[in-house]
Amino acid sequence: MALSGIQIYKMLPQTNCKDCGFPTCLAFAMKLAAKQVELADCPHVSDEAKAELAESAAPPIRLVTLKANGHEVKAGNEVVLFRHEKTFYHKPGLFIRVRDDESADDIKAKVGAADAYSVNYVGIDLTIDGFAVESVSGDPAAFKAAVEAVRAASDRPLVLIGSDPSALEAGLGALDGEAPLIHGATADNWEAMADLAKASGAALTVVGNTLDELADLTGQVQGKGVEDMVLAPSALEMSTSLMLSTQSRRLALKKNFRPLGYPSIAFPGDAGDPARESMLAAQAIAKYVGFIVLDTFAPEQIYPLLVLRENVYTDPQKPIQVQPGLYEINGPSADDPLLVTTNFSITYFSVANEVENTGLPAWLLVSDAEGMSVLTAWAAGKFDAERIAKDVKNFSVADKVSQHRIVLPGHVAVLSGELEEELPGWQVLVGPREAVDIPQYMKEAL
Amino acid sequence: MPVEIPKDKWPGAVRTITLGATEAEGGTRTSVVTVGGQTALPFMHFESEVPHRPVVAIEIKDSRPDDWSPLLLEAWGDVVDDPAAWAKAAEEAGAELIELMFSLNDADGNPITADHAVETVKAVLGATGLPLLVFGPGQADVDNEILVPVAEAAKGERLVLGICEDKNYRTIVAAALANDHLVSARTAMDVNLAKQLNILISDMGLPLERVLMDPTTGALGYGIVYGFSVMERLRLAALQGDAMTQLPMVVTPGFEAWKTKESKVGEGVPDSWGDWEARSINWEVLTAITLLESGADIVVLRHPESVRRVKAAIEELMAVPELA
Ligand code: B12
Ligand code: SF4
Repeated sequence: MALSGIQIYKMLPQTNCKDCGFPTCLAFAMKLAAKQVELADCPHVSDEAKAELAESAAPPIRLVTLKANGHEVKAGNEVVLFRHEKTFYHKPGLFIRVRDDESADDIKAKVGAADAYSVNYVGIDLTIDGFAVESVSGDPAAFKAAVEAVRAASDRPLVLIGSDPSALEAGLGALDGEAPLIHGATADNWEAMADLAKASGAALTVVGNTLDELADLTGQVQGKGVEDMVLAPSALEMSTSLMLSTQSRRLALKKNFRPLGYPSIAFPGDAGDPARESMLAAQAIAKYVGFIVLDTFAPEQIYPLLVLRENVYTDPQKPIQVQPGLYEINGPSADDPLLVTTNFSITYFSVANEVENTGLPAWLLVSDAEGMSVLTAWAAGKFDAERIAKDVKNFSVADKVSQHRIVLPGHVAVLSGELEEELPGWQVLVGPREAVDIPQYMKEAL
Repeated sequence: MPVEIPKDKWPGAVRTITLGATEAEGGTRTSVVTVGGQTALPFMHFESEVPHRPVVAIEIKDSRPDDWSPLLLEAWGDVVDDPAAWAKAAEEAGAELIELMFSLNDADGNPITADHAVETVKAVLGATGLPLLVFGPGQADVDNEILVPVAEAAKGERLVLGICEDKNYRTIVAAALANDHLVSARTAMDVNLAKQLNILISDMGLPLERVLMDPTTGALGYGIVYGFSVMERLRLAALQGDAMTQLPMVVTPGFEAWKTKESKVGEGVPDSWGDWEARSINWEVLTAITLLESGADIVVLRHPESVRRVKAAIEELMAVPELA
């Protein structure tokens, strides 16, 4: 937890020597508490105080980064329990699991498809983050071969799963210069697992049924010099996993309880049933989990999860928006139709995608509605006849289109009269209410 | 190391509200549904008992919907032409409540009438013993025109009447007051608007034990997070003791999810969207689960498979953890 200026002051030399540029140690301490200066600016601070201050400056939930071949997946460093209090920062990594009793070809096929998967949502390309490889055969050579098969098909970060340190060691041997996650250390094997993590630079999960067990293990593993840990509560039932992830997040944030100040991992794939798996994953996304391991890779399952993740981790202070302006779709010329919409990303992409899919050239005026949807902006007075007319002028629309005819979203049909007044000589048409119906409308009415 | 678990102790509680009335209570329902009563955030069993589980309502229409995804029409089959049969099928599909939602026009394309509405409500009440939510098409004047006679005809049933908004709450609340019904108060995703409407409604003398609130929601990908956060804020305010937010929340993930392109359209969409039907059901289910996590007490769904899944999730969420 952040220390107060007074607490910091007590750790300083208290000589008021001014070498830091401040008249007193107290003044410097106040600046330090406000994070406006660096501790290093005081040349006289003791090593002991340095260590203590560094510890207190550490985030309540440690940031753990998995790395491979230029890819990174981060979890942790969160600061709130509810997104409206600020925002959630690090989107949970989604990993697809394979097992070492599957053939190398099967693994490559599954991993290859998942690795190549990408879906566009409001202009953002969403992908999964990595793969998990589980040792079920008990044979280190088989596990190593499975890891190699994954690596042959993807260069994304990995989670290596197994209870036998020698199998995991063999798997780690197939990786070079990466920071994977090892799952996981239990009360029985934590020493060997911690040694393995320490030697390989991997992060390590600690596995337990209760927060007591998890807290014990993080303490023990840390004693071995491993800092990057991830909590793996064994619960699968929705109520138990919700309880544990809420409790550990609260303990970390509200009590600065270091033994649980780590991100967590969940295994919805253990459900065995895709329908239940996706519900468990949805809860994990909404409720604080940092790494999520799935067994099912199917576009119809992964797409909604990726969208949910994107939504939950959107900063509530900043609606995702696009630049207002006059957009060209399918290379329009002067006599092609003109439609108008708002600059809320979801709105813009809903409309732009439909127009683009028709293959018909068109102009799309994206009005500056402060990033709001059509009806929200209309209700808030940010998307009215005056605003649209202003944007028609601002973006010199009249110079680019010859028809002087503009199509309004169906939901704001009420604007058509006023807009005709604001834009003398223009014809105002009312389009369909939903973007899905734009193609038919453009083909029939424009 | 025994970890000391911090427990939130809240001064406030969500009101307990019962929908429907049995014969003994002046209605004709064979069962009633009680929601609310929470004294902690959703499913925090270790802090206090969760007195009532969230419930699933199924939305049915008064006539064959003309703007529904073909997948839904296929899933329900012929019953969509007969609201009474549809209500029965919904009950069989696991509905705990039925939401009868009127369209602007009847099957022949003519504007609906009060008589049509009353007859339909009577037929549905006759076909199912479940409590009923009756919603107008959402156009204030039409809602008023049909909901008042419906309220009178079903006096004593403890129906939930909606949509009760700032534009028409006076009429709807008066009809509920006079005929022993409840209302569903809808506002546009805003804590203060929700409070204001609840104040106006309670000022008219309707006890808050007869008010549900609908903070409005959006589908996954189309505004869900705004709904999610507003519901979290409303529930936090309720637990902190703000009386005008202490109402159970009803939301319509079915309506929202099935209006998205992901659910409505099967062809000419990116391959990365995957199988149409599985995607659509996931869309509805994930929308509903996310809202349950943020405090929904009633989720109104459309697809029978979504109902099955969401009910299974509620079952799991209501299982009291052994360690608690
Ligand atoms: C999310 C949301 C919000 C978010 C804002 C999100 C944002 N960045 O815009 C928040 C919570 C901030 C918000 C606030 C408000 N909201 Co609001 N909000 C919604 C909600 C739930 C979803 C809106 C959305 O994102 N839709 C998705 C986008 C893609 O839809 P769209 O922009 O309309 O685009 C579609 C079509 O219009 C069409 N289309 C778009 N452009 C074009 C162009 C052409 C040519 C054509 C043909 C078609 C077309 O294609 C798109 C896809 O089909 C709706 C209710 C709902 N479930 O729909 C209420 C809603 C829009 N809000 C409403 C209101 C009243 C408000 C507030 C005024 C209330 C308040 N809280 O004070 C404020 C205003 C904001 C302010 N004062 O700052 C009302 C509007 C009512 C009305 N009819 O006037 C609604 C309908 C809720 C309701 N039922 O009462 N809101
Ligand atoms: S340099 Fe260090 S010791 Fe000197 S005044 Fe600044 S804080 Fe105090």
